[in-house]
Amino acid sequence: MDFGLTDDQREIQRTARELLAERATFARVREHAEAHTTDRALWKELCELGWPGIAISETHGGQGLGTIELSILCEELGRVVAPVPFLASAMAACVIEQAGSEEQRERWLPGLASGETIGALAGAVDGTAELVVSGAEADVIVLVEEDGSGRLLTPQEAEMSKVAAIDPTRSAARVSAGESAGEALEDGCPGLGHALVAVSSELVGVSERALEMTLAYVKERKQFGVPVGAYQAVSHRCAQMLLDTEKARSTTAFAAWSADANPEGLAEAAAMAKAAASDAGREVTASAIQAHGGIGFTWEADVHWLFKRAQIDAVLLGGAGRHRGRLAAILARRADVPVAG
Amino acid sequence: MDLTFSDRETAFRDELRGWLVENQPEAKPAADAGDDAQFAYRRDWQRRLYDAGWAAPAWPTEYGGRGASQSESAIYFEELGRARVPFAANTLGLLLGGPTLMVWGTPEQKERHLPPILSAEEIWCQGFSEPDAGSDLAALKTRAVKDGDEWVVTGQKVWTSGAQYSKWCMLVARTDNEVAKHKGLTYFLMDMEQDAVQIRPLRQITGEAEFNELFIDQARIPDANIVGGVGNGWKVALTTLMNERAGLGFALQIRLRQLLDDIIAAAAEKGLLDGAGGNLIADAIAELHVRCESIRLLAWKGLTDAERYGQPGPEGSLVKWLWSDTNQRATQLAVDVIGPEALISGTTWSYELLRARGNTIEGGTTEVLKNIVAERVLGLPRLKVAA
Repeated sequence: MDFGLTDDQREIQRTARELLAERATFARVREHAEAHTTDRALWKELCELGWPGIAISETHGGQGLGTIELSILCEELGRVVAPVPFLASAMAACVIEQAGSEEQRERWLPGLASGETIGALAGAVDGTAELVVSGAEADVIVLVEEDGSGRLLTPQEAEMSKVAAIDPTRSAARVSAGESAGEALEDGCPGLGHALVAVSSELVGVSERALEMTLAYVKERKQFGVPVGAYQAVSHRCAQMLLDTEKARSTTAFAAWSADANPEGLAEAAAMAKAAASDAGREVTASAIQAHGGIGFTWEADVHWLFKRAQIDAVLLGGAGRHRGRLAAILARRADVPVAG
Repeated sequence: MDLTFSDRETAFRDELRGWLVENQPEAKPAADAGDDAQFAYRRDWQRRLYDAGWAAPAWPTEYGGRGASQSESAIYFEELGRARVPFAANTLGLLLGGPTLMVWGTPEQKERHLPPILSAEEIWCQGFSEPDAGSDLAALKTRAVKDGDEWVVTGQKVWTSGAQYSKWCMLVARTDNEVAKHKGLTYFLMDMEQDAVQIRPLRQITGEAEFNELFIDQARIPDANIVGGVGNGWKVALTTLMNERAGLGFALQIRLRQLLDDIIAAAAEKGLLDGAGGNLIADAIAELHVRCESIRLLAWKGLTDAERYGQPGPEGSLVKWLWSDTNQRATQLAVDVIGPEALISGTTWSYELLRARGNTIEGGTTEVLKNIVAERVLGLPRLKVAA
């Protein structure tokens, strides 16, 4: 058993972290968040590096790498709350690749791989999705109903309206489609498991960064003559943040590995990852605000970007409760099978 | 990343699994059969493991083990847990005493002590904690005073499991009052068969007595039974404690898995896993499943990272914390799933519910584990407490 990344994967992680540390500083994120704009320059650079196509097959213009590599990039982009439509586009590509017809794949994947086309994934109820991340800039929308049925829509085939979500680092839209609009995707929408890995990975990155910022702050900030991180009420909260983050990280890594190496286990692993990562994202970023004290509640401090990103991601493709419901169903089915011995 | 076992590990697992199928222990003695019957049962089980070379696969072959890797050793405990066999009678000797002697013991000590540990001929117990030295172990007060080529020991120990069956006690005592508290300690092997050592069972909230108190009044220990040298007791004790947190965790992790599987089966039968949302029992069970899987992944990650990269991550301290909390939640939820009959004395459910309260205290309290995570993993400053 080996939980480590390969040399190539570590290299991807290292170069991504270095690039983003320079190009996606909180100052830059703040600029775009306050102006409600996408960081076009950063997106262009990521496209030139082939990031959007990292997990798309080479036949369709991607790099043909695996879900672990996709997960690495999502985590790094989550760490910096990058104001780019990477996650939405990557999730849409995951579903089109697995659930689309050959014709649909040829039509959409090359553009999604190069980044010229932006995709979005919409979790809908009766054709309407109230909050579609990066939806306002999407050229193609994968609309998925709770029963797992899905279809492909162009913005012209749906009613689109921009909405202002609490996370201003990415655009959002309300999408509504009539019953007959768009093209059907394969039933059950294979590829959703991969998309869940992507969003869970982003949540792991967000949590990890929130913990790092908190540790730096509580080691520095003094009250009553000592760093506040020396108080157990604070240090035990930090330990809990680590535990939540590691729980999310371990289940997300397992899901990323399952996606490529053990696909029959993916539905369960992805539900575990999304449940753990959604909870971690909310709890850890909320703890980060608390541990920062008064400053953490101000617009001026940067922790709120992480909290807001976590809030959006936590409900994306279903929150922790929904995924635990799915797990319970999987466990119930399994309990019906007589166990040997 | 490859989250599967190697061919060698799979072969190891299959061999052990096959042996366990062929060699299931006899039926457990009845719950009211008494402690002696329970212990005899565990001793017989260890003898059977020993005869087949399965008593301590992690020990080097020269000492009667199989030289198993850390991963194989973890597989060993997972399989024992899965087969629901009892713990070996001399678990403390096999897991703590033997490995500590292999690091710190003299050739004579190894030759004298390792074989009877393995065969369960001589049982070992651990004399570390004291009434006033729990989490702060180095504050222990039991004193050993030199007298010719012997040491005279006086003091009190607590939480000593299996003391009434033990021949040897891993005893840490203070041999120097003049130096800093960590430096004045020495690690001894104390012969339990002397009148100066009195054992009193410590009845716990389950009603049984897994543990004992030891009252030591001028017990005698020869020089030859010092392990690791005079004044070096803290370091030797740390070797013992590090082993305490390793192997057994994998067996406990599987036991939790089995307990959860039993809860899932009961919940499924009662239709409590149905319902797409708002079903609190289904939600709680799914969360326990996530935690259980996370414990498994973190435990294996900690072990294999250390094995491969020589660098253990933060997982070690997190696993025990998460396991103990999850085991408490699982045993508590079981009461809601099973119903009030789970609270009738003598049932597995009621026993597990009560026993689980000890999990967050024994082997490092959750509060101390959080301190360790905060200070050693996260690098947070330590609050100086006035002495």
